[in-house]
Amino acid sequence: MATATNYIGQPTSRVDGTAKVTGAAKYAAEYNVPDLTYGYVVSSEIAKGKITKLDTREALAIPGVLQIFTHENRPNLAWFDSSYKDDIAPPGSPFRPLYDAEVKYSGQPIALVVAEEFEVARYAASLVRVEYAPKPHETDLNEKREEAYEPPKKRSGIPPPAKPRGDAERAFDNAAVQHEAEYRHAIEHHNPMEMHASTVVWEGNGKITVYDKTQGAQNSQGYVAGIFGFKQDDVRVISSYIGGAFGSGLRPQYQLFLAVLAARELKRSVRVTLTRQQMFTFGYRPDTIQRLALGATADGTLEAFMHDALANTSQFEDFQEDDVNWSGLLYKCANTKFTYKLAQLDLYTPIDMRAPGGATGMYAIEAAMDELAYKTGVDPIELRLKNYSEKDQNKDKPYSSKELRECYRQAAEKFGWSKRTSEPRSMRDGKELVGWGMATGIWEAFQQKASAKATLGLDGKLEVGSATTDIGTGTYTIMTQIAAETLGIPIDDVTFKLGDSTLPTSPVEGGSWTASSIGSAVKVVCDAVGEKLFKIAQEMDGYSFADVDYKDVAFSQGKLRLKRDASHAVPIVDVMRYGKINAIEEEATSSPNYLKQNGYSSYAHSAVFVEVKVDEELGMIRVTRAVNAVAGGRILNPKTARSQVLGGVVWGISMALHEETYTDHNLGRFMNHNLAEYHVPVNADIHDIEVIFVEEHDEIVNPIGAKGLGEIGIVGTAAAVANAVYHATGKRVRDLPITIDKLL
Amino acid sequence: MNNFSYTRASDVGNAVAEIAADNHAKFIAGGTNLIDLMKENVVRPTRLVDITRLPLNEITENDDGGLRLGALCTNADTAYNEQIERRYPLLSSAILAGASPQLRNMATDGGNLLQRTRCYYFYDTATPCNKREPGTGCSAINGFNRIHAILGTSDECIATHPSDMCVALAALEAVVQVTGKNGERVIPFADFHRLPGDTPHIDNNLKPDEIITAIDLPKQGFAENYTYLKLRDRASYAFALVSVAAALDMDGDTIKEARIALGGVAHKPWRNAEAEAMLNNQSATSENFQKVAEAIIRDAKGFGHNTFKIGLAKRAIVRALAQAAAGKPQPIAEKKIL
Ligand SMILES: Cc1cc2nc3c(=O)[nH]c(=O)nc-3n(C[C@H](O)[C@H](O)[C@H](O)COP(=O)(O)OP(=O)(O)OC[C@H]3O[C@@H](n4cnc5c(N)ncnc54)[C@H](O)[C@@H]3O)c2cc1C
Ligand code: SF4
Repeated sequence: MATATNYIGQPTSRVDGTAKVTGAAKYAAEYNVPDLTYGYVVSSEIAKGKITKLDTREALAIPGVLQIFTHENRPNLAWFDSSYKDDIAPPGSPFRPLYDAEVKYSGQPIALVVAEEFEVARYAASLVRVEYAPKPHETDLNEKREEAYEPPKKRSGIPPPAKPRGDAERAFDNAAVQHEAEYRHAIEHHNPMEMHASTVVWEGNGKITVYDKTQGAQNSQGYVAGIFGFKQDDVRVISSYIGGAFGSGLRPQYQLFLAVLAARELKRSVRVTLTRQQMFTFGYRPDTIQRLALGATADGTLEAFMHDALANTSQFEDFQEDDVNWSGLLYKCANTKFTYKLAQLDLYTPIDMRAPGGATGMYAIEAAMDELAYKTGVDPIELRLKNYSEKDQNKDKPYSSKELRECYRQAAEKFGWSKRTSEPRSMRDGKELVGWGMATGIWEAFQQKASAKATLGLDGKLEVGSATTDIGTGTYTIMTQIAAETLGIPIDDVTFKLGDSTLPTSPVEGGSWTASSIGSAVKVVCDAVGEKLFKIAQEMDGYSFADVDYKDVAFSQGKLRLKRDASHAVPIVDVMRYGKINAIEEEATSSPNYLKQNGYSSYAHSAVFVEVKVDEELGMIRVTRAVNAVAGGRILNPKTARSQVLGGVVWGISMALHEETYTDHNLGRFMNHNLAEYHVPVNADIHDIEVIFVEEHDEIVNPIGAKGLGEIGIVGTAAAVANAVYHATGKRVRDLPITIDKLL
Repeated sequence: MNNFSYTRASDVGNAVAEIAADNHAKFIAGGTNLIDLMKENVVRPTRLVDITRLPLNEITENDDGGLRLGALCTNADTAYNEQIERRYPLLSSAILAGASPQLRNMATDGGNLLQRTRCYYFYDTATPCNKREPGTGCSAINGFNRIHAILGTSDECIATHPSDMCVALAALEAVVQVTGKNGERVIPFADFHRLPGDTPHIDNNLKPDEIITAIDLPKQGFAENYTYLKLRDRASYAFALVSVAAALDMDGDTIKEARIALGGVAHKPWRNAEAEAMLNNQSATSENFQKVAEAIIRDAKGFGHNTFKIGLAKRAIVRALAQAAAGKPQPIAEKKIL
């Protein structure tokens, strides 16, 4: 390792911060090109059935309207499902916009009006007359329990339920203490600030450049090329900045399809931006009903753990997430049984939302553990420590590192847990009942194969790039830090490029794997540059680099140095001049080291403690304090890391108390499709949140030792809030969000 | 959004003439409600008559000792006006309990009275709604009705009037000054908004050719014993599930007069004079408050998702009366309830 810690681990402000706050950062719908045209989407008003008539005459007659694309005039496109499958597609037959007259869900795009002006397109869209022959629909998961099935094809990357261990049913029946209950959470929509948009620039030579809101520029590129018959190289996708996505940009969304379709047909540049209402017409966190059955001895030792999840999917794809495996990682138990089933509703396919499966599965697990704590009379932390698992029982592997005990300890101490009286309704403050609750969080530390390139110039400036994206997590910043540190170059002389399909291959940004995967690639490629420099330096007179190996040198302050004698140093620009090279260019790929990693399971952990105060008569809940202690391996940048966890905690509070997409099952339609009625917390709802990073060293997880922090902050938080509400009120609300009506 | 023409009214007479000339014309003030409705195709005016330049943006003294709010005063300017804060703090806190600072900076007092319901279905042209399109049916009655009315509903519509400001104005017994083709007239606040009955598409008794010029506040401001208690799903920027404007005229521990107006429960700010009178010359005890609350809510009817509002409204009335009697009004944007 040729590094001396200068930048990694420092609380570095975002390198893209200035661009963002000054408006210099451009988002997909902000690229203006000459002769741009505008598309406006017409959405289905019914949930299921057939379009019997689509009359566009009135709309087409509006001056400025160029064309209206519908299933009736859509050009022939790729035939096979495989062309429509993006990198993240679950098993099934992906939705094809404007495919035929069939309506599969309410809000489905059924026409695109393209005009010279946005306002004209929007007006004309209101004049498209549609008639339907509706069919009966079903959007209520409860009504489909009987038709639930185990997904026959597993979604890649999502572990199916672990095999049963022992005999869970019998152990449960014989257990001294039993707890069995059903937990549920509402459908949630991602609602990033920036609406999904694509600006397709018609380059005129058979090529297009697409500014797309996506978490994977190359994923969108492959999708577009495959469906519209472009050569891969003729489609360039750029997503330099993203106004939040949270998973909603993992798959290409229909605005991209429609914008490319229109551009190709009209041979013009086209922009399609969705409205806030239309942000409710694609993926969401699925409705999930979870049954937990826990059996324990009188002292709280787990004897049986059963977890059955039933989640909704669409009629055309089997979306899957991992709700049920977490207890196998956290709690020692000899008899377990986990099942995961789906039921098809007349809705669009769900899509991953921050900590998919973890935020939801762990809510149910940790709420159930709290109930067990009350049934056994064991303190909630005690109960978790008693059943603490030193290995991943699902895979029978040790952990590469696991400082969860320390998370419990540090968070409990900071929070003052020892002063808690466990009896519900036993703590109060005037008219308010006070509740203290806690829960565990866990999230997998993934590493994916990723590539990066680096160019070091004679001016000492370094440019590094990879096709990944920065959805607001701080990717630009930490990659810049890693590169600056690896080659010892002042951080201001390092530029990191991302969000461009022409850059070296990267997976979509998701799963909290970006820091570890792209970070490793950046490190590897910078080391490749470093080795090149080193090789030249070995030939330089007057220096004694010839006698040592690369591992014996380090880079700092623009110089290559001997580790044992840092004063023995040569400026890297001198090395380049000596070697008569203007630039060093390297490209490298970093893959998980399976040999090293395969024997281990790697997870980030957390312990979340929450205080709520509940007005006893009126049921108004406020979260007055939260402490979240996270063990996430090496913290690359405490500032961006803290922001990630803070945001996660806020979202966890939101999930517990506020967030819910209302479905009208008569109409099969989401009804609160705007930010006035879809509630996320406002500042006044959020009080003290303390984030603690517990020290954790992990040499196995990946070359940079970081586990990823994008998602762990939300996992556990909702359960901690729900458990605190129970402690305050004595009322166990098992469906989220816990709103005033459920508490009264 | 449809095509429309735009004119700027030069004076009140001109504004009335413009609106009377076109059945599909609309006044535009702050635009915070109208523009949203236009974007959603719920309202499709052919002509917008901009009234924001009319000289109706002052707060002045009336001869009877009360205050006159020009219809174009912004909600923010009204709430932070020194006289309003001092003499009508109930109005001030009700306004500040609503919307967000940005919206209140744009929203006008006249527009606030005329804002439309937040019923989800009303806002979504893909769904049947008697208020938006008479005769199509009410999707909310058998649909998702968590935010809907429990009092004064009809088989045609169960929407609520969403304003906070109006709840305070109802309690203060404000008077609305309007001018139309046939001259000026006044509308007592209680008669301004309507119940849905079988004409849910008509929210209020303002005639299509009339403009609101001012809102008069009577002299009595209940500045000592008042509260605006708003219960909602988050601490700010959410409409009321239930809100209570309570104003008491007290003599020691004895209540001389009580005004109780409810928001979030009906098609208009809800008052029940008979029930309020039960508190006259009574002492301020929670027992008495309980009785009044029962009486006000007696005829309430839930529709499923909103049934919780019945119990919640009762408790809210009791708490609000206690706050008012104690001279401890609910602080704005404080989730902790006093
Ligand atoms: C997201 C959101 C949250 C909100 N939250 C709240 C809340 O919590 N509580 C609350 O009380 N309100 C809330 N509001 C509503 C807000 O208070 C109203 O939109 C505002 O008061 C309307 O005033 P305006 O001047 O913008 O009206 P406009 O939108 O300009 O007009 C509204 C209507 O009134 C008519 N009109 C306006 N002025 C006159 C006049 N002088 N004479 C005759 N007709 C007139 C217009 O023709 C139009 O039909 C919220 C609004 C939004 C968008
Ligand atoms: S409650 Fe009124 S506004 Fe809402 S759907 Fe029914 S008729 Fe329309």
